[in-house]
Amino acid sequence: MILKGRVHKFWDNINTDDIIAARYLVTTNEKELGKHCMENISPSFVKEVKKGDIIVAGKNFGCGSSREHAPLAIKGCGISAVIAESFSIIFFRNAINIGLPFIELEDTSAISSKDILEINLDKGIIKNITKKDTYRIRPFPEFLKRIIKSKGLINYIKQRYHLYV
Amino acid sequence: MGYTIAEKILLTHIDKPKSIKPADFIEVKVDLVLGNDITAPLAIEEFRRAGFKKIFDIKRIVLVADHFVPAKDMKSANQAKVLLDFAKEYRIKNYFGPGIGIEHALLPEEGLIFPGDLIVGADSHTCTYGALGAFSFGVGSTDLARAFVDGRCWLKVPSTFKFIYRGKISNLITAKDIILFTIGKIGVDGALGKVMEFCGPIIKGLSMDERFTLCNMAIEAGALTGIIEPDEISFDYIKQFKTKDLKLLNELRSDSDAYYEKIYEYDLSGLQPQVACPHSPANIKSVDKLKDIKIDQVFIGSCTNGRIHDLRIAARILKNRKIKKGLRLIVIPATRKVYLEALKEGLLDIFIKAGGIISPPTCGACLGGHMGVLAEGEVCLSTTNRNFIGRMGDPKSFVYLSSPLVAAASAITGRITHPQEFLK
Repeated sequence: MILKGRVHKFWDNINTDDIIAARYLVTTNEKELGKHCMENISPSFVKEVKKGDIIVAGKNFGCGSSREHAPLAIKGCGISAVIAESFSIIFFRNAINIGLPFIELEDTSAISSKDILEINLDKGIIKNITKKDTYRIRPFPEFLKRIIKSKGLINYIKQRYHLYV
Repeated sequence: MGYTIAEKILLTHIDKPKSIKPADFIEVKVDLVLGNDITAPLAIEEFRRAGFKKIFDIKRIVLVADHFVPAKDMKSANQAKVLLDFAKEYRIKNYFGPGIGIEHALLPEEGLIFPGDLIVGADSHTCTYGALGAFSFGVGSTDLARAFVDGRCWLKVPSTFKFIYRGKISNLITAKDIILFTIGKIGVDGALGKVMEFCGPIIKGLSMDERFTLCNMAIEAGALTGIIEPDEISFDYIKQFKTKDLKLLNELRSDSDAYYEKIYEYDLSGLQPQVACPHSPANIKSVDKLKDIKIDQVFIGSCTNGRIHDLRIAARILKNRKIKKGLRLIVIPATRKVYLEALKEGLLDIFIKAGGIISPPTCGACLGGHMGVLAEGEVCLSTTNRNFIGRMGDPKSFVYLSSPLVAAASAITGRITHPQEFLK
């Protein structure tokens, strides 16, 4: 899978209240949640996002609450992937489980807002087209690859129990 | 090499028990699965959309309507109804409707948590139950939907950080100060994905209510969970419920040759009450450095500090005193049982006469839901767990986190205040 998009750069410790404030947790609709993504910290973010864009951040992305509405809001506003130096433990699970492409990159400091990135998930390479640079991605462990390949945890479970309903 | 208590619990919850080591991926069998009125509707939707029909064990599912209840608006009313309808359809015994309690205060109180249990909950503060020597952690709604189906959950085996606390602390220092101090030292990702095992003489001396506070905030250091080895205090607590073989509990100890990735040792002698400043639970200062901070609202409650012990210590300060004119004091007992006990002991009387507002049990104010939402520019001193931007309301409001003692003292003066001004 190849993802190409423009970067929206964020900092360390972006928390789930930043991603989607609790006052919007009265719906489970991805598009509805997407309208308020990053509203508390960057009110113009949603307007600036074009379909396929990429969020790049520092360490501990998605810390705080377990709300799966956070990765849903990111997907819902049109973001195609999140790259960060590390992810909070629950956000990491949620992203795997719902099939939001996310990438751990040891150092994201060389990537700036508005850079155009091309992510090749199969080859494990990110090309920074703007800066003519290439970054290598650590591959996912085999176990997680199986869930990703199934396009999320629910499909993985359905296949496992042969539930084709 | 021996095992930590956390690893021992994992070993008893996998098929074909063998050896495990940090970073292994395993699938654990869970003893209890928890969801609330925010996270469960999403799980229920996924469960239905996937076409699942059966739940693995209706006795092992707990659904709690606690976040936006009694419903704050039509949308949250509908979400709460999704929860209730699902509970009815599947005859889920452990459904707790509005006002019964905040999940993490309620479940232990209901006797649903035992040492050695493995619990997953679609709420980040599920780590609270480590206080009883259970292995419990927060998951997402999809995890919840999956656990409904087969009672299992995937997990990357975490390594453990050990935290040892010694020294002589004053009676104005609470578990909240200890955990805030710790998060201040290691940062909001200081224990990212790890187990925080809390031990040492100071921890041994904490009551159950305080231990819940301590483990509750492990997530705020990025940890998967926090845990305390069960001892007489936790045994006493669980004895009121059904009796598992207490002898087995003695095996719930970390081996002397267990592997710890890091060991932190703190001497807390002379520690002052701690306050987390905006906008991070790791932005910690001693209370005496903040005496010029004026506040508009004080909130005492939540899964962190809404238990009877918390209300008792706050009432000690507020007894026969009045809060600062113009300030709002909101007190929310975490469960109905706490509410009734506070009523019986006259604590609610003290809060109301001091000028406080009492609300039925709800998470509400902690996450800017209802019952205490902040306006632009307002400052709140709260006994909750997070002070992120906009956490309790307007993105331009400010939240400080503290113990109930500091919160009560500050409600009287209208600025952040050391409880020693009112208690010796």
